Amino acid sequence: MFPRLVYESFRRQTRRKLLAGVAITLGVAVATAMIAVATDIGDKINRELRSYGANLVVTPQEDTLDVEIGGVNLKPPSDGAFLNEADLPKIRGTFWHHNIVGFSPMLPVTVKLGRGADAKDATLVGTYFNKALRFGKDDFTTGVRITHPWWKVEGSCGDGHLGRAAQVQVAGATGAPARPAGPNDSCGWPDDTSQNVLLGERLAAKLGRKPGDSIEVSGRQLTISGILSTGATEDDQVVAPLSVAQEILGKPGAVRRVYVSALTKPEDALSRRDPKTMNPELFDRWYCSPYVQSIGYQLQEAIPHSHAEQIRQVAQNEGTVLSRIKGLMLLVTLAALFASALAVSAAMATAIFERRVEVGLMRALGAGSFAVAALFFAEALLLAIIGGVAGFGAGSLLARQIGRSIFNSQISIEPVLFPVILAIAVFVTFAGSAAAIRRAVKFDPVFALRGEA
Amino acid sequence: MSASPSTVHTPQQVAGRRAKAPHTSMFVRMLIRAAVLRRGRAASALLAMVVAAAVATAMMNLYVDVQAKLRTEFRNYGANVVVVAKESNSLPADALARVESSLGSKTLAVPFSYAVARTKDGQSVVVVGTDFNRARQLNRWWNVSHWPNASPPSSPSAKVAPTVVTGQAAPKGRQNTAHGASRGLATETMQASEGRQTAPVEALVGMRAATAVTPDRKPFELTFQGRTLQLSPAGLLQTGASEDSRIYLDQSEFQTWTGVAPSTIEIAVNGSSEEIEQGIKQLTRALPTVDVRPVRQIMEAEANVLNKTRATLYAAATLIVLTAALCVLATLIGWVFDRRRDFAIMKALGASERLVNGFFAAEAAALGAIGAVLGFGIGIGVAAWIGRVNFHAPVVPRFSVFPYVLAGSIAVALISAVLPIGLLRRVQPALILRGE
Repeated sequence: MFPRLVYESFRRQTRRKLLAGVAITLGVAVATAMIAVATDIGDKINRELRSYGANLVVTPQEDTLDVEIGGVNLKPPSDGAFLNEADLPKIRGTFWHHNIVGFSPMLPVTVKLGRGADAKDATLVGTYFNKALRFGKDDFTTGVRITHPWWKVEGSCGDGHLGRAAQVQVAGATGAPARPAGPNDSCGWPDDTSQNVLLGERLAAKLGRKPGDSIEVSGRQLTISGILSTGATEDDQVVAPLSVAQEILGKPGAVRRVYVSALTKPEDALSRRDPKTMNPELFDRWYCSPYVQSIGYQLQEAIPHSHAEQIRQVAQNEGTVLSRIKGLMLLVTLAALFASALAVSAAMATAIFERRVEVGLMRALGAGSFAVAALFFAEALLLAIIGGVAGFGAGSLLARQIGRSIFNSQISIEPVLFPVILAIAVFVTFAGSAAAIRRAVKFDPVFALRGEA
Repeated sequence: MSASPSTVHTPQQVAGRRAKAPHTSMFVRMLIRAAVLRRGRAASALLAMVVAAAVATAMMNLYVDVQAKLRTEFRNYGANVVVVAKESNSLPADALARVESSLGSKTLAVPFSYAVARTKDGQSVVVVGTDFNRARQLNRWWNVSHWPNASPPSSPSAKVAPTVVTGQAAPKGRQNTAHGASRGLATETMQASEGRQTAPVEALVGMRAATAVTPDRKPFELTFQGRTLQLSPAGLLQTGASEDSRIYLDQSEFQTWTGVAPSTIEIAVNGSSEEIEQGIKQLTRALPTVDVRPVRQIMEAEANVLNKTRATLYAAATLIVLTAALCVLATLIGWVFDRRRDFAIMKALGASERLVNGFFAAEAAALGAIGAVLGFGIGIGVAAWIGRVNFHAPVVPRFSVFPYVLAGSIAVALISAVLPIGLLRRVQPALILRGE
C-alpha cells in the first residue's frame, strides 16, 4: 500500500512534484558549482599569481657580489662563478616538479653595440625564450615566455607585417602543450637556436632600430627580430638566445642565475623552520610540502654548487593574496549554501502546505500521524535523490563553464563531492519539510476537509 | 478570526469607534488586516523576502568593495610606478616634493640614490641612499633583522642625537631590545674607533654584501672617490633579489659622503589602473625632464588576478541572487495561492478585476519594500562582517546599491503575486468557495 501511495502521489501531482523537484535541482546545482569553484579557486588563483613572475632564484654557491645599478652591470664580465646549463633540465626531476611552472636561465654579458669609435656599451642578456628541453622521457618547453608573462614583443610576423604578440597565458604546470600557439602568438620572438635578438624599447629608440634590422654586437652581426617592452631594466638591454650570450662570453654552458616560477603553499610556522634542526619525521613533512623554502631546497639538491633563494617580493605576498581570495570565496560559498538551502526548504514547505486537505482525508480515514509523516518523508527522500543527482550534473556543468570562461581551464570536480552533495540535499529537503509536515499532521482534519485553512 | 459577539463588538459600538478613528480607506484597512490576521504566513513570506534582500545586498556590496580591499593587499607588492632620471643624472632636488604635491601626500614615494664604493680589499659594492622609514612602509617583504635609525644629518652633535632617538623608540617594546643591542654594537664601535672624528654610520647590509664586506658583523670601511666612511652593520637585509648585494644608508648620510643625489623615486600609487594612468600623466607633467614608468610586472599581474577574482565573485553573486529570488518566488506563490478564498470572496462581493489585482499587487509591493529595507540593513551587516573576518577592515556600506535591491525585491514580489492571480482568474469564485 505504501509504495502505491507514493507512486500515485507522484503520478497524479506531477506539476507540484515538478516544481519542488526543480527547486531542489537548482539549489543543489548552485551548491555544487559553488563548492567546486571554492575548492579549486586556490589552485586557479595560484596559477594567476604566477603572472607576477618567478618566485625563486638559483645562483652559484660561491657567487661574487652583483655590482649593478639600474640594469647596468659594472662588474668585469667573466668575474664570478657560473652554473652549468646542462644541469638545468634536472629541475624537472625534483620532487615537486609538477609545481614548477617554468624556469629561465639568465646570463648577462657586457657588449659593444656598433662598430669602431661610436660603439656603445650595453648589457646583453642570454636566456631561453620558449626552449624545448628533455629530461628522461619527459619533453617540455620553458623560458621567459612562461616565467615573465609581462614581457611584450613587437615584431614582424612571418608575412612581414608588424604585430603585437599576444600576452602569453600561464598554462598548465607541466608546461607547454596546453598553450595554444596561435599564428600571432610568436610574432617577433626569436627562436632559441637562432642568431636573432630582441632589443629593449628604450635602447631601440636610442639607436633608431626597428624589427628586421641587423645590429653589430661585439663583432657579431645579429638580426633584431622584435622590440621588447617590459617596463623594467630590460628596456635598455639586448635579449638574446642563451647560446649567443655564451659564445660572446666565450664560456659554453655558462649560466649566471636561473629564475624559477613555482606553485607554492602559503608560508606557515613549519615552513620557516631551519631544515637542519628538524627531526627526520618533521623533515619529511617539510620536504613533501610545496613550501617555497622546500622547493628551493630541492632545487639546490638538483643543481650542483647552487644556492636557491626565494624572491621575497613575489613569494611573500602571494600567500596573503591567496588566503584572502580563498577566504572570500569560502564565505561566499557559505552564503550560496545558505541561500539554496532556504530555497529548497521554502519550496518543500509550500508543496506540503498545499496538501492539507489530503492529510485531513488520510487522518479522517484513520491513518496515524506516523504513517502520514512517513509518506511525506518518503516522497521528500525520492525528490531529494532525483533533484540531487540532476542538480549535481547541472552544477558540474556550471562549474566547468565558470572555469572555462574565467580561468581558461577546467575546474575539476572531486567524485567525493557526489555523496556529500546528495547527503546535503536529502538533509536540507528533510529539514525544510519537517516543520511543514508537523503542522500538516497537527491540523484538525475537520477544518482541513472543510477547507478552512 | 472567529470574532464572538461581545459587548465591545456590537455594531453600534464598532461604528462609534470607527467614526472617531482617523479615516483610513477600505483599501489600506484591507491590506493591514490581511497582514495582521495571517500573521504566520505573512511573516514567513516576509522572512524569505528579507533573507533574499539581505543576501543580494551583501553580495552586491562585497562585489563593489572587494576591488578596493584587494588593491590594498596588492600594494604590499611595492611600487607600481618609478621615476628615473634620464641618462644616469640625478633627479631635480625638489622631485620628491613635486611627486608628493601632484599625487597627494598619502602616496608613498621613496627616493633612492646609488653609488659604487670600494671595500678595504678593493671589492666593488653598490651603496644606496634612501629614507628608511619610507622604504620600510613601501617594501614590506624586506626581511630585515633590525632597521637602522633614521639618523639625523651628520653634524658635530652626533653624540647627542642617539639619546634623543632612544627616547623616541623606547615605548615600542619589542623594537627596544633589538635597538639596545645595536646601540651597544655602535657604542663599542665608537670606543674602538676612538681618536677618529666621525662616529660610524648605521647601515642596512644586504645578506650577500654582508658575507663579502663584514663576515663577522664588525664595523667596516668603504671608500668613494678617496673619501672613506666608517659603517656599522645595524641590520641585515634579505630579499632574494638585487638588494641582497647592496648596502643601504640614510639618504642624508649618503649625500654628505658621496655628494650623489637621488636618481630614482619608487612610488606606490593607489587606485584602479585608470587612476594610476592618470597619476603617471600628472607626474610626467610635473617632472618633464625625467622618465616616469609604470612597473608592468606589478600592474599587469595585479589587473590579471583582480579581474579573475571579480569575475568569479560576479558569477557567484549572480547564482546566489538568483537562488534567493527563487526562494522568494516559491514562498510568495504559495502564500498568494493559499488566499484564493479571499480572492473569491472579494470577487463574489462584486469587487472589480482591477481592484482585486491592485489589492494583491499593492500587498506584494509592500511586502517587497519592507523586505528590501530590512534585508538591506542585515545585508550591510553581513558584508561588514565578511570584510572584517577576511580583510580585517569592514566593507564600507554602499547606499547606491539600495535602489537596485528595492526595485529587485518589489519586482520579484510582483511577479510572484501576478502569476497565481492569473491562474485564479480563470476559475469561478463559487468553485473556490466550495473548496474545490
